[in-house]
Amino acid sequence: MTLTLETTALKVQLRLDEDSWFTVCDASLLVPGRGVAALLPDGRQVALFRDRAGCMYAIDNRDPFTGAAVLSRGLTGTHRSRPFVASPLLKQRFDLLSGQCLDDETVRVEAYEVRTA
Amino acid sequence: MSTTAFVGTGPRPTIVLVGHGMVGHRFLEALAERGLTATHRVVVLCEEPRPAYDRVQLTSYFSGTTPEELSMTDAEFIETHGIELHLGDPALTIHRDSRTVTARSGLTVSYDTLVLATGSYPFVPPVPGKDATGCFVYRTIEDLLAIEEYARRRATTGAVVGGGLLGLEAAGALKGLGLTTHIVEFAPRLMPVQVDEGGGAALLRTIEDMGLAVHTGTGTQEIVVGEDGAVTAMKLSDGSELPTDLVVFSAGVRPRDQLARDCGLAVGERGGITVDERCRTTSDPHVFAIGECALAADGRVYGLVAPGYEMAETAAATIAADEAAFTGADLSTKLKLLGVDVASFGDAHGTTADCLDVVYADSRSGTYKKLVIGRDGELLGGILVGDAEAYGTLRALTGSVPPVAPEQLVLPAGSGAPAQLGPSALPDEAVICSCHNVTKGTIRGAVTEHRCTTLPEVKKCTKAGTGCGSCVKVLGRLVDDELEASGVEVDKGLCGCFSQTREELYEIVLTLRISSYQQLLDRYGREGARGGDGCETCKPAVASIIASLAPTIGADGYVLDGEQAALQDTNDHFLANLQKNGSYSVVPRIPGGEITPEKLIVIGEIARDFGLYTKITGGQRIDMFGARVEQLPLIWARLVDAGFESGHAYGKALRTVKSCVGQTWCRYGVQDSVRMAIDLELRYRGLRSPHKLKSAVSGCARECAEAQSKDFGVIATANGWNLYVGGNGGATPRHADLLAQDLSDAELVRLIDRFLMFYIRTADRLERTSVWLERIPGGLDHVRDVVVHDSLGICAELESLMAAHVAGYRDEWAETVNDPEKLARFVSFVNAPDTPDPVVAFVPERDQIKPDLPLLTIGTRTLEGSAQR
Repeated sequence: MTLTLETTALKVQLRLDEDSWFTVCDASLLVPGRGVAALLPDGRQVALFRDRAGCMYAIDNRDPFTGAAVLSRGLTGTHRSRPFVASPLLKQRFDLLSGQCLDDETVRVEAYEVRTA
Repeated sequence: MSTTAFVGTGPRPTIVLVGHGMVGHRFLEALAERGLTATHRVVVLCEEPRPAYDRVQLTSYFSGTTPEELSMTDAEFIETHGIELHLGDPALTIHRDSRTVTARSGLTVSYDTLVLATGSYPFVPPVPGKDATGCFVYRTIEDLLAIEEYARRRATTGAVVGGGLLGLEAAGALKGLGLTTHIVEFAPRLMPVQVDEGGGAALLRTIEDMGLAVHTGTGTQEIVVGEDGAVTAMKLSDGSELPTDLVVFSAGVRPRDQLARDCGLAVGERGGITVDERCRTTSDPHVFAIGECALAADGRVYGLVAPGYEMAETAAATIAADEAAFTGADLSTKLKLLGVDVASFGDAHGTTADCLDVVYADSRSGTYKKLVIGRDGELLGGILVGDAEAYGTLRALTGSVPPVAPEQLVLPAGSGAPAQLGPSALPDEAVICSCHNVTKGTIRGAVTEHRCTTLPEVKKCTKAGTGCGSCVKVLGRLVDDELEASGVEVDKGLCGCFSQTREELYEIVLTLRISSYQQLLDRYGREGARGGDGCETCKPAVASIIASLAPTIGADGYVLDGEQAALQDTNDHFLANLQKNGSYSVVPRIPGGEITPEKLIVIGEIARDFGLYTKITGGQRIDMFGARVEQLPLIWARLVDAGFESGHAYGKALRTVKSCVGQTWCRYGVQDSVRMAIDLELRYRGLRSPHKLKSAVSGCARECAEAQSKDFGVIATANGWNLYVGGNGGATPRHADLLAQDLSDAELVRLIDRFLMFYIRTADRLERTSVWLERIPGGLDHVRDVVVHDSLGICAELESLMAAHVAGYRDEWAETVNDPEKLARFVSFVNAPDTPDPVVAFVPERDQIKPDLPLLTIGTRTLEGSAQR
């Protein structure tokens, strides 16, 4: 019981610049293997993920290949021990730590630092 | 007036072939292989109106094979090799002194070499009434069409005279036509030539269980004819009378040697054109005879196709001045008669001195296996009834001492017998394919020297397995063994996470009742993938397997529950179809395409109220486009309220069962296609499968519902339903194949149950039925064996899996809109549930909306964010 309370109390935070962390939501809202989208104060969108080990990741939600804000709805996985998400539209994969597209080295989306607090 | 063409021998010597049956055709192929078609003019005179076809498979016509599919001849082969093929024009006279042949049309051809491949004719015993209306023989496609026509018109009962190989084939055909079928055999058992008493008994039981009446030890004395000249009954030698509307004589064949007799060629006492070891007639060095019309040098007439092929090769080699001889052949046969495997090989009847039998018999399953063992332990021959799986290996082992005790070769697997003896135990000289006389060594060579890496390649390279097909299983294992041995790594794994195929994962999930992807990955994944997060290939594939088997393995059928939520493909994620701008489309189920005006109005109102773009789909439904994530529950609350349910347009699942209006309204319709389409759609709705499934039902042969382009299509006939499978539209269209015909409602549903579950079990991920049917070993025939004849004994399981699916079906959307926790996920932003995604925007077009596409960031990264508002 205590454990549940503690985890629900944890908040997911994103680093927007040097010393400001933006609080997104309760950590319990993240389902392992599935992403959610969050709206930033400046109107940008972020895709947040949690893997089965509990690690959290955040990259830009916009799919640069289509312009649609859908990366949070992609399927996640592990490629060479690094986490990735595959765009639900045309299936390009993006590294969740760096935002680098694994299928087109010229494309990268922004990646954010995440912490729980 | 027939025109007489006289063609003299030109600069190229002429080969005239009389008869274009299986052996005749093999002879032409052998000529082409030896380059003789380039150096010779080749003329073929064929009596039948169609070129060579697979007579061995004749009966498969009644399970849906068309005469075209039986054909062995492609026009290209005939054309490429410049062969002059005259169909429907039999040779009538041979003038050996002038070396010419005259055909019925008056065509006269001079020959340098004449090859007779006239085959045989069915023997009709000289009983009174044998020529009455309703009496038939069973030899050609034309015979078969005539039997079919007569049976449909005026017969409910049929009798076959002869319980041998062809007689059972004919009986199977009559049964397939829906007749009450009798078999009358003079000998005390069925198939007296091939099997012994024990084998005959096993065969009898199985065949009687199928509802056929067998009368052995009984002769036919007279065909009783009614006033209209048609058959009404048969008088049997035991004094009884058997009422019947149709009689098929199948009491053996005789060589067709009349043409040879007429021109003075020597024939045997009991028929057959006398030839030497080179298949040259003993009377005339310019004339050859091959196949069933020839009396071979060993004094026998061979009625099987494999020796016929060998004679064809021998004749072609001799013409090419190569060394070859036909000195006799093995009479081994393996057949599937009425769905029962029957095989005999070598000295099946144990005629060798001092030989011993090893027999395994199980009356309950109709299995009988006998091996004949020589004094020194060598395998001499055998008989297999009911289970002829081991035939390929055993036949190849004949003549050698088997590497294991003989009893272990006949005991069923799992009863203390070791794993079946693999082809690795065979010597290189063992003949694997007896139709084309291909040895194990040649097959190994195809892999090691010719670099074949797949079974189809090996078949093409060696011809093995392209005759009767009975060796394909052994061949497949041999090729796999050889590939493995030569170090060719064939990774058939699903993806980087699993080394198993989808089919193997299905078996693991089903057998071990695994309902968790993580558990499957951690226990059965590739080493490096265990403990990880999988990938976008295996997650939906495994999710689909778990969903297909949910009721059976105890998983929750709701695809967004717990861990399963994270596995689902894009569209399953929100139970709607993701479109290019991140909006979704919604397709409610409209079973069979039938919809009431009230429901149409509801759809119209919803689309209007939410500003959705509407379009009629190809599957007779209505698609509503442009919904945002947070609108989906609101839209569905109204749809569910009006009685709609999920159409699964988003899932790899059954989509629609299209229908034409059918008998109810259409003046051509013969069955109620709409009712059947609705029944099928409601039965299979929600069934998760390796790929989407489409279906249709047409109410008559006009096929307005386009059922033959569907994964499973149904077409009404006057007697029921024809079931087609493996059709596809799209980029690679494929016409569906007929699986079975004239089915009752219940038979149709049962076959579709089995077919779909077998597909789900064995297909690869994202493999439509059309591709699957082309890929799996044995193709349509194998699928038909499994789902119609239950050759793997899994039909009961397939049916119960489907029954569990049907019983466990729940509407995903009804469940979703009634569960606040599930609804909470349908938001654009986790931190702003009420804010819509600003990227999803629309502009007007033709009185509706279309997506207002945001500018792309690729290449012009400075535009980032500019599409917002």
